[in-house]
Amino acid sequence: MKGKMAIIGNGDSVLVFKSAGMDAFCAEEKESARHLLKDLAKEYQVIFLTDVLAKDMEDTLSEYAAKTYPIILTLPSMNGSNGYGYEQLKKQSERALGIDILFQEKNDN
Amino acid sequence: MARMNVNPTRMELKKLKARLKTAQRGHKLLKDKTDEMVRRFSAIIRQTKNLRDEVEEDVVKVLRQFSLARGFMSRKDIELAFSMPSVSVELECASVNVLNVEIPKLSLKETRGGSKYPYSFVDVTSEADFAVELAGKVMIKLLQLAELEKATAMLADEIEKSKRRVNALEYVMIPDIEETIRYISMKLDENERSGLTRLMKVKSMIEEKNV
Repeated sequence: MKGKMAIIGNGDSVLVFKSAGMDAFCAEEKESARHLLKDLAKEYQVIFLTDVLAKDMEDTLSEYAAKTYPIILTLPSMNGSNGYGYEQLKKQSERALGIDILFQEKNDN
Repeated sequence: MARMNVNPTRMELKKLKARLKTAQRGHKLLKDKTDEMVRRFSAIIRQTKNLRDEVEEDVVKVLRQFSLARGFMSRKDIELAFSMPSVSVELECASVNVLNVEIPKLSLKETRGGSKYPYSFVDVTSEADFAVELAGKVMIKLLQLAELEKATAMLADEIEKSKRRVNALEYVMIPDIEETIRYISMKLDENERSGLTRLMKVKSMIEEKNV
């Protein structure tokens, strides 16, 4: 199956990924991002989303969690990561194993 | 534990014993499956985290570099320069079945166009070149991360589900069936004993009459 990639970002800094073969879209706030994501999910297999936007639309993201495609991956925005991606990893670890095996060691030190 | 609502007959007893056997076998299988998934999950999640560390760093770098480039050019020029991709990337999407979980498998086929950059060098500063080059490099990692992160999410979901099933079997289904089996066999024994005593009683009454 052939796939397509898209990136949704806040601000037009995501335009750079257009040169790498993705389609870039901008959304300034969560409502427009939500609509955009819903539309894109039908057509694209891999969607990248900046974590600033992802943080506000967890409920929409969880709709796609159980399906193989589309894959929605959160990326940090220009101002650096807000920790959303790690938070998700931590949550999954807690769900599956009952404990968080990734960040716990750090907190001990 | 609640006893099931069944008639205490030999027929039911036989059926229940067969069910108990199936439940125990299912429990063992599911438990093995969960254990294996947990093993894989803990390996994968570490890998995911390391990759995410790298990717986050790289992506921020790319975006910063690009915003630097943008600073040197007008918005219109930038949009013009980046509106046509020069690399057409072909993404191949497939899925692999790992322990009954459909995990995505991505592969990237890059078919480069004539030039490395999507614009002519006349209108764009060298800052943008760096950004574009970095973006191209980070792509493979991005897709790997997408694949891994989806795999962790799906495995976590599946582990949760099968853990719940194992617990339901272990703490509800199997004890219930065992209790019902005990109840039925007691009842059957009781019936047999009462039949026996009745016979003995009748026999002694007949003997008394004959004497």
